[in-house]
Amino acid sequence: MNKIFEVPLYAYERSPDQDAPSPVRHKVVVIGAGPVGLAAAIDLAQQGVEVVVLDDNDKVSFGSRAVCYAKRPLEILDRLGCGEPMVEKGVKWNLGKVFFDDRKVFEFDLLPEEGHARPAFINLQQYYFEEYLVQRVREMQDAGAPIEIRGRNKVSAIGTHDTHVALEIDTPEGSYNIEADWLIACDGAGSPARSMLGLDFQGRVFEDNFLIADVVMEADFPTERWFWFDPPFNKGQSALLHKQPDNVWRIDLQLGWDIDKEKEKRPENVIPRLKQMLGDDVEFELEWVSIYTFQCRRMESFRHGRVLFAGDAAHQVSPFGARGANSGLQDTDNLGWKLKLVIDGKAPETLLDSYDVERIHGADENILNSTRSTDFITPKSDMSRILRDAVLDLAEVHEFARPLVNSGRLSVPCTYDGSPLNSADAMGGPARTRPGSPCPDAPLGDGFLLEKLGGKFILLTIDAEAPDLIEEDGIEVERLALSIKDDPTMALKARYLGDCESGVYLIRPDQHVAARRPSYDENLFRHAIRRATGKE
Amino acid sequence: MADLILTPNLDRADDVYADLLAAHEGLDKKESDAFNARLLLILANHIGDRDVLRQALAAATLKQED
Repeated sequence: MNKIFEVPLYAYERSPDQDAPSPVRHKVVVIGAGPVGLAAAIDLAQQGVEVVVLDDNDKVSFGSRAVCYAKRPLEILDRLGCGEPMVEKGVKWNLGKVFFDDRKVFEFDLLPEEGHARPAFINLQQYYFEEYLVQRVREMQDAGAPIEIRGRNKVSAIGTHDTHVALEIDTPEGSYNIEADWLIACDGAGSPARSMLGLDFQGRVFEDNFLIADVVMEADFPTERWFWFDPPFNKGQSALLHKQPDNVWRIDLQLGWDIDKEKEKRPENVIPRLKQMLGDDVEFELEWVSIYTFQCRRMESFRHGRVLFAGDAAHQVSPFGARGANSGLQDTDNLGWKLKLVIDGKAPETLLDSYDVERIHGADENILNSTRSTDFITPKSDMSRILRDAVLDLAEVHEFARPLVNSGRLSVPCTYDGSPLNSADAMGGPARTRPGSPCPDAPLGDGFLLEKLGGKFILLTIDAEAPDLIEEDGIEVERLALSIKDDPTMALKARYLGDCESGVYLIRPDQHVAARRPSYDENLFRHAIRRATGKE
Repeated sequence: MADLILTPNLDRADDVYADLLAAHEGLDKKESDAFNARLLLILANHIGDRDVLRQALAAATLKQED
């Protein structure tokens, strides 16, 4: 077993808070040092907000767990200063193959669009992901950023008040209390914070078990996503094979509902299954085995006063489509700048309600997609299986049926249509950059557009005039002046102007479009800034 | 919105019906179910209009609309 699991990454250390005569107050406390909690903390600390991360453990997560990261989360990680090591280490893939029984019924190419800094997808073990985030935290600490991770600090009680949140924390040296102005709970699908506050988590349970095995092998399988429906080596069920770095392969086998989990997990039962799948002559070593079941559900509200929920603690989906960690990172991306403005008194507290609106929109989209994938992959009635098999049989012969094959609709960024922060589209440019959309990347000479966006409000002008700086009620908006000539590939024009001659975009700190017009209009953009910060 | 046609629309209806029966000849129940499912998907794609399909789904329930 890889030693990364064994070494404490943030070992327990006694904090001066434990010896303080009365509970020390912190700006923000994050519960959970998984991908979502760490990203939330880095985002806030990067903006100068003091933040303490509490985790009941002191190591990276055990086993590879979340392995597929989509382009949008990679762009978010770039903004957090840690996209590069992830992409460097990660496995890039574009080709997917779908098998039915013993036949390949079709293959698809994600055909990534040109002119983006980041690939459509990478595969990377969650333990690397967490390790790189912790490295980023250490780097920030060395530079004096107000961020701290406390290992083996388990929150045992939460008290909510109008002015703060009180926390009781258990450690190897006994318990202590602290307070926080704001609490972000990123403590996973089983969220103890959610239970301590007695909050709901409603949704649909899927009666199915899946076995995940990570195997290390020197195999000459290509770097592709292979998905089987009803394969000879797992009759009546499904299977997935996907490559991760270091010759680790993710294998996912559907097992059905009535099984003995402990028995199925034993190597003497797992290995013969894998041999059947991979062939007798392939040498492999089991790195990690786990059996999971899943639910598609979410909290009714992600904000409860001064407590905000993010990631799996707030919403849970089936793994098909890689929408778990990917959507959790979009939560933190949405929350970070809003919380900063509220803490600085530059926006009303109600701005945080838009976190609820926008990310519930995202969660519902993810739940819908992953529920549909699950219904296709694991048919729940005779007729749904007959229809599913008909789609697969037709897909082998007729092109029309291929879009109906659903082995997971892969995570794409969420557009906040209908958000209260959006101003009406006054431009009629390309649909993909309408208000609410995450800005698509575009090449700019040696670099890319997204490097220049994010972290603050930006007024992007393309062949249009506007002031270099606007200040509206404490919110500063800097202009980024571009011309379609800055991108000879014309991607900038295609993505931001379409048929229009010019465009002016108000872009939020999370790189989402808040408003756009063909030209600058002082009054209307001041309104848009107020609207985007929850003031109208 | 296009309307689903629920008035007679088949030229030589008996021949069409006979074609449907003939397609199932020699098939067992499982094969026939699979055939019907494939046929359904092919026809749905040909119609290519979710509104019309939803009207068809409603009509197939045999319930009168309120």
